Amino acid sequence: MIRGSFIILLFLFIGESISYFIGNIIPGSVIGMVLIFVSLTLKIVNPEHVRAVTEFLTKNMTIFFVPASIGIMKSWNIISANWFSLTFICISTTILIIMIVAFIQEKAEKLRKKKEIENQNI
Amino acid sequence: MDITQHLFNNAPFMLTLTMGSFLLGTYIYKKSKISLLHPCIISMICIISFLKVFDIPYETYAEGSAFINFMLGPAVVSLGVLLYDQMKYLKGNVLSILTAVSVGSVIGVISVVILGRLFGLDSSLIVSMEPKSVTTPIALGISESYGGITSLTAVTVVICGMFGAVFGPKVLSVIGIKSPVAQGLSIGAASHGLGTARAMEIGAVEGAISGLSIGLMGVMTSVAVPVVHWFIENIF
Repeated sequence: MIRGSFIILLFLFIGESISYFIGNIIPGSVIGMVLIFVSLTLKIVNPEHVRAVTEFLTKNMTIFFVPASIGIMKSWNIISANWFSLTFICISTTILIIMIVAFIQEKAEKLRKKKEIENQNI
Repeated sequence: MDITQHLFNNAPFMLTLTMGSFLLGTYIYKKSKISLLHPCIISMICIISFLKVFDIPYETYAEGSAFINFMLGPAVVSLGVLLYDQMKYLKGNVLSILTAVSVGSVIGVISVVILGRLFGLDSSLIVSMEPKSVTTPIALGISESYGGITSLTAVTVVICGMFGAVFGPKVLSVIGIKSPVAQGLSIGAASHGLGTARAMEIGAVEGAISGLSIGLMGVMTSVAVPVVHWFIENIF
């Protein structure tokens, strides 16, 4: 547990530092995520060392978000004044993203299958 | 008043309140099976009501619950390990997955900017909504970097997550998507963790790909937001 926590926090720290030096363009946690992914692929980090910690963190992610959502108290006025446009934008763009992503992936898979069949015929 | 100050104004109480409300929320959600009664919504209502009744300011709560809030960072780093675990599903699909998610994230950000301007929303509101399809910890990071209102971001992330989790599969069947990879990828891209929970109910591949999609969408959107901002500032 301690070793896993150490590794995760170390990557978070490195990510935060890089984020600071590149002017906070990308959140430090995202940089840390990419770095640990790369380190795992390059076998610098042993996945078994971190698994217990990462499983706990990813499975219980929902609760970590609760304190941030309470911040709605602070911006309640701005939200209630714009509730319709906010809800409309959220829902319509969510549908849009689902459709676009699914469409591209489905089309690509069909194309690949078609090519495979063509190659077999040759 | 003094007594409540002493009793409630400390980290152990705020952490107990947060976890207790969340447990209650999870219980109600599981019993009722109503997706609108999401644990987040219930804990939000419980905690805010409590703070209002005892007249505790938000800052006091934020200070006391800082520990839970901090866990967001390590949780995002952990997604990298999740991504690594799901590498096998990537085989043969790398190019299409990357294309689909990057197009999805860019269009997601652009559509928020366009609609936000059409509705005449303040730019801080638009920025807050740009990362709304990204998993919360990353979304908060992006929103914070560009002067968004993080609490508003947190709320929109939950709305998008819930909506995609409930209606995502319906949208997919309407447009006739059958590939499990496409289903998981799209729900994860639009609705992060909440969508992934739903995708896992559809199937193991859908769930795993959806988990992968959370991480990809996070990275892509982190990059897409500054790129879209640059284009808006320099070209329009």
